[in-house]
Amino acid sequence: MNWYAIRAIYNFEMARTRRTLMQSIFAPVISTSLYFVVFGAAIGGRIQQVDGVSYGAFIVPGLIMLSLLTNSISNASFGIYFPKFTGTIYELLSAPVSMIEVVIGYVGAAASKSLILGAIILATAGLFVPLEIAHPFIMLFFLILTAVSFSLFGFIIGVWADNFEKLQLIPLLIVTPLVFLGGSFYSASMLSPFWQTVTMFNPVLYLISGFRWSFYELADVSVGVSLAVIVLFLAACMAVVWWIFKTGYHIKN
Amino acid sequence: MQTIVSIRNLSKTYAGGFQALKNVSLDIRRGEIIALLGPNGAGKTTLISTICGIVNPSEGQVLVDGKDIIKDFRATRSLIGLVPQELTTEAFESVFATVSFSRGLFGKAPNPAYIEKILRDLSLWDKRDNRIRTLSGGMKRRLLIAKALSHEPSILFLDEPTAGVDVELRKDMWKVVSALRESGVTIILTTHYIEEAEAIADRIGVMTKGELILVEDKAALMHKLGKKQLILDLKHPLETLPAMLSEHDLLLSSDGLHLTYTYDTQGERTGITTLLDDLRREGIGFRDLKTTQSSLEEIFVKLVEESR
Ligand SMILES: Nc1ncnc2c1ncn2[C@@H]1O[C@H](COP(=O)(O)OP(=O)(O)OP(=O)(O)O)[C@@H](O)[C@H]1O
Ligand SMILES: [Mg+2]
Repeated sequence: MNWYAIRAIYNFEMARTRRTLMQSIFAPVISTSLYFVVFGAAIGGRIQQVDGVSYGAFIVPGLIMLSLLTNSISNASFGIYFPKFTGTIYELLSAPVSMIEVVIGYVGAAASKSLILGAIILATAGLFVPLEIAHPFIMLFFLILTAVSFSLFGFIIGVWADNFEKLQLIPLLIVTPLVFLGGSFYSASMLSPFWQTVTMFNPVLYLISGFRWSFYELADVSVGVSLAVIVLFLAACMAVVWWIFKTGYHIKN
Repeated sequence: MQTIVSIRNLSKTYAGGFQALKNVSLDIRRGEIIALLGPNGAGKTTLISTICGIVNPSEGQVLVDGKDIIKDFRATRSLIGLVPQELTTEAFESVFATVSFSRGLFGKAPNPAYIEKILRDLSLWDKRDNRIRTLSGGMKRRLLIAKALSHEPSILFLDEPTAGVDVELRKDMWKVVSALRESGVTIILTTHYIEEAEAIADRIGVMTKGELILVEDKAALMHKLGKKQLILDLKHPLETLPAMLSEHDLLLSSDGLHLTYTYDTQGERTGITTLLDDLRREGIGFRDLKTTQSSLEEIFVKLVEESR
């Protein structure tokens, strides 16, 4: 294992974050605050409580997941796409590193960044609503697992994309809708039976449900199922990365 | 002489079906400077990229220090530094940070003193805190060299290191390259400047259309393929060449004052003695004579033309 290489990639990516502090940290904080103002105040005025939790508090886990997912994907996909775009990937390809080190470096940095972001959003949310976290360790576990698996997913997108449109395509067309329809802002039980069934096919629902359970012990599906889904997703991403590693797909000629 | 890079029957066909390397075999000797010449699209970059791990070979094998570049990629790549043809750099990182990054990537513990030394050698120390995008083209080229040297490689690939570099700087780079060779680094470079190969290389390889058509010691190559010319400054201008001299390969200048005789150094005999005898017999006197040898450039152009 080339530890120096992992450290070099990780530090490089974190330095990139520091250079773009505004857009990587402040922008999500501002957008989260806006969600609170719009959803919390506007909708919260009509739906006071969901299963005994105030609406403002109810949406906190969903909001964190929303940011965690989209940022993990964009950080990791951009991180690996950019060297391909500028050509600096030559250095990575000619270095004594295998895909494992590259993945740990890029995905590790993207996930760290998302976790920092998650913590900031949690703190921001604390300013608007009283927070209680029933199972802090499980919450942390969900956070880390989600950040890692979606950074891995982002990495795959970054490897696959050969132009900027493709880089945006999957996050925009698939991930964002899934997150919005995954119960960030409502409980599945609020839907009609038909839509409840449809929602069950949305993997993000399981994530948000499990994560929310760690806060309020409220869930659309059981926590075990939630955990299984995220672990399954992580395993699937790892398999794809392994395949990329075997074939050199889209990185090498 | 010990072989450090051994290329055996290497072929590369790109995804589109284009064959960029055709059965290339070459042994690179430890400590030498070998220059690869060849027209655009000859396959020089493809060859280098394959050895460095950027391009997957289609057929054949490459051994670096006796180890296979695919099975033993960690060992082989740690030995190699690469300066790519394109000026590809980060934009916002600092000079010092990017060279340190390269060192880490190649698995070496941080060593700021060594990086300082490289940056000083390449006259980049003043720019160490600059963002890369604020460097000039020539500085970026040197930065790429610094990155390639950051992990103390024993084999250095330079893909057109002096493209777009001014004459003075080019000579500075030759000095850097020579100093590296002194320290035992094996250097493989590609270039379109033949005087560059002539100035610093020990051996010359010529590629065209994916084939390595020739590898030869520089001196031997120039000797073998070199045509020499004997130029005579005549005492009195000649109107035309006397018929008797027509069997010699002679050229009379338009002012009639110079005779140029071209001969092959490899021939059985140069024919100079007979020529001089014939001149005396015709009563043609000359004031001075000199010889010139064709440059590598002429040799190279001739080779590539012949293979067309
Ligand atoms: N990624 C690629 N896909 C398909 N064909 C390629 C690719 N890269 C290079 N080629 C082709 O392979 C051939 C050799 O290219 P290469 O870059 O090795 O030439 P070169 O000798 O380095 O030329 P130059 O002196 O212009 O740098 C060219 O015909 C080129 O078009
Ligand atoms: Mg080239």
